[in-house]
Amino acid sequence: MEQLIQYVQSYLTSDQTPGAAGNMFWALVYILLVFVGLSIAVIAMNWLERKILAHMQVRLGPMRVGPHGLLQPIADAVKLLLKEDIMPAEADAPIFWMAPFMVVLAAFTVFVVVPFGPTHAITDMNIGILFMLGVSSLSVLGIVMAGWASNSHYPLIGALRSSAQMVSYEVAMGLAVVSAILMTSLNASGTGTLSMIGIVQAQQTQGIWFIFKFFPLGLIAFFIFAVAMVAETNRAPFDLAEAESELTAGFHTEYSGFRWSLFFLAEYSAMIAVSSIAVTLWLGGWLRPFPNLLNNSAWDLVFSLVPGITFLFLAAMCFYNAVRMPKHPFFRIQTIGLAGFGVLLGLIGLILFIPAVSLRVQDIFWFSTKVAAFMYLYIWYRGTFPRYRFDQLMQMGWKVLLPMGLGVLILTATAGLWPLIQHSIWHP
Amino acid sequence: MTDSNTSLSHLDLETHEKPFLDANELVINMGPQHPATHGVLRVILRLDGEKVLGLECVIGYLHRGVEKIGEHRTYTMFNPYVDRMDYVAAVSNGLGYCETVEKLLNVEAPPRAQYVRVILTELNRLASHQLWLGTHALDIGAITPLFYTFRDREEILKIFEKYCGARLTTHAFRIGGLQYETYNGFEREVKNFLDFFRPKIDEYEELLTTNRIWVERTKNVGTISAQDCIALGVTGPVLRASGVKWDLRKAQPYANYKNFDFDIPTGQRGDTYDRYLVRVAEMRQSVRIIEQAVGGIPEGPVMAKVPKVMKPPAGEVYHSIEAPKGELGYFIVSDGSTQPYRVRVRPPSFVNLQALDLMCRGQLVADVIAVIGTLDIVLGEVDR
Repeated sequence: MEQLIQYVQSYLTSDQTPGAAGNMFWALVYILLVFVGLSIAVIAMNWLERKILAHMQVRLGPMRVGPHGLLQPIADAVKLLLKEDIMPAEADAPIFWMAPFMVVLAAFTVFVVVPFGPTHAITDMNIGILFMLGVSSLSVLGIVMAGWASNSHYPLIGALRSSAQMVSYEVAMGLAVVSAILMTSLNASGTGTLSMIGIVQAQQTQGIWFIFKFFPLGLIAFFIFAVAMVAETNRAPFDLAEAESELTAGFHTEYSGFRWSLFFLAEYSAMIAVSSIAVTLWLGGWLRPFPNLLNNSAWDLVFSLVPGITFLFLAAMCFYNAVRMPKHPFFRIQTIGLAGFGVLLGLIGLILFIPAVSLRVQDIFWFSTKVAAFMYLYIWYRGTFPRYRFDQLMQMGWKVLLPMGLGVLILTATAGLWPLIQHSIWHP
Repeated sequence: MTDSNTSLSHLDLETHEKPFLDANELVINMGPQHPATHGVLRVILRLDGEKVLGLECVIGYLHRGVEKIGEHRTYTMFNPYVDRMDYVAAVSNGLGYCETVEKLLNVEAPPRAQYVRVILTELNRLASHQLWLGTHALDIGAITPLFYTFRDREEILKIFEKYCGARLTTHAFRIGGLQYETYNGFEREVKNFLDFFRPKIDEYEELLTTNRIWVERTKNVGTISAQDCIALGVTGPVLRASGVKWDLRKAQPYANYKNFDFDIPTGQRGDTYDRYLVRVAEMRQSVRIIEQAVGGIPEGPVMAKVPKVMKPPAGEVYHSIEAPKGELGYFIVSDGSTQPYRVRVRPPSFVNLQALDLMCRGQLVADVIAVIGTLDIVLGEVDR
């Protein structure tokens, strides 16, 4: 028993991820935390997308279930779970059955290496970024399986579009990633790293986020990745695979209920996954803004207060809207619910002011904030852009992004080697 | 598969070199329940991958026999039925029908009625174009314009509702004029609407006109030449976008359009982008017309002297107006009784829909959606 406690406690002093430290208990805890956190994030994202999109489109969005529709995603989830599980008679049953699980598996497995902080990751692999890219592109297999097994025309076209699209954008994406990885090797030893944590640490030691490195090269690589990742996740304006007005629902036309919700879950967690890659590679991962310029202890204190203040601000918004609720008995429960939600957020905010907690959690906060910014971009795109046509999409991938990616890669390599080149020119 | 194959048997096969059952060919049944076929249009697509080899429209899912009903109703009783054809431009339908019967009866609506008719018809043109713009953009994947246009269309519908009690199928006009005098503040409300609406057109344009994806999706898509338009009888904005300056409001002025000053916007290439520009420009012209009309409504009666029981002299008459979607014509044969012997409608949507196959050949599936949207069809009018 004591051994067990010791085993559990032994990790707490370690400065490694549980996976790297080989502590199975904490690894399991982290897996659960990531799973739960991701599910909550998807639920929150669902609500936020509907609300933000609605406000962009001069409407209110969900307002009925819970205060300001806060419980709408839960109501939807319950509805989906209770729905009849329909499988087309002509479908290829085992593959039809497996496809959504395949997609979900791929979307969730990538989070094994996502670094929410220097110690907050399930594990740290020395091939982390390759693992992420590799596993996240497995989801296309699930989509093709879904489209094929449905034995129907629209899903088939959707699946074909999706696979062609993902294959062509992965190349540009990979080139952008490589140019960021090249930047990690700019240190005394000259060795780079593929580890997700190592990449962020490289940005820390070099004192610059890679988006600003070799300006504008880092920015261009980031731009390529930002475009490719939208295409990779099949979101507007690249949502051809599920183009509603063309293919009804694309590859998941024949799916309903729980299986459909798995696709939904996978889509959103894939969005979070690729955003985490972008944040890790270019936006300094868990690092707070300006760690190199504003690096005295006073600024440390200021930035450590930000998470708590953010939650208090959200709580204040809840209270403000609870006060603005119509004064009618019918709205009493909703008002109380909103105020209660505000209290919950406020409590979290207060807990985050405790130095010990904020020290441990602020990495996660900064990482999530950056990912959330990407999520907002996704919604913004959806509200603004029409949909690309298939050939235009391919043209964009192969004729614009790929050459750009190659050019950036070569230029980044040249810029990285520039001191050496200069040296050999002046001192042959 | 078998269903769509059997119904394909009468497709003009000789125009395609490939044999009928080709393994590379995919036959897709789009509609009648499909989010982008604007109602219940069924399109049978023959695809090579994503490329359209040919398509066939199957219509009739919304057939209500409006023309046949016309033979069993008196002239006045049939008036509300025409609203149900193109239900997003009900006022235009009513105007066409009333003017045709007036021509048959040889009466003319008093000037005040003429002015109100023009105002309401042009308001309806705006409403129809707004609905087109919203749904067309939605089909191409831009979801936001739909909500903008519907927000503003609401203001037009409010004016209709206040005028005649109905929002969509208005039955606003009567044979010989209007049933209702305008309500108090009608002119002010229309003027307020125009002031409200003018900047909104810029707002729509801001979202789309220079949007790179929008331009790429619509330029050189569904191109149709002026000759083909004329050969197929295509009218309205589709014809004008191909460069033909043909607008019945100018060419054969009806109501009192000759009193108003407006331009006919035309395009050059005849593609989806031009049609979009033409319709948006038409919105601005409609605003101009309403502006002139609302400032000059004369005093006087709103109803001409028409007999209580209408028995037009035996004979036939054809009269057409420029509906938002093109030439809307009515051909009425009278045998001297209270009911028409035959009512024939020349619906613009039905005629324009013929061009779909021509416009879509060789394009991609996504373009079919764009072309259906740009033709601006209303299935209620296609099927009648």
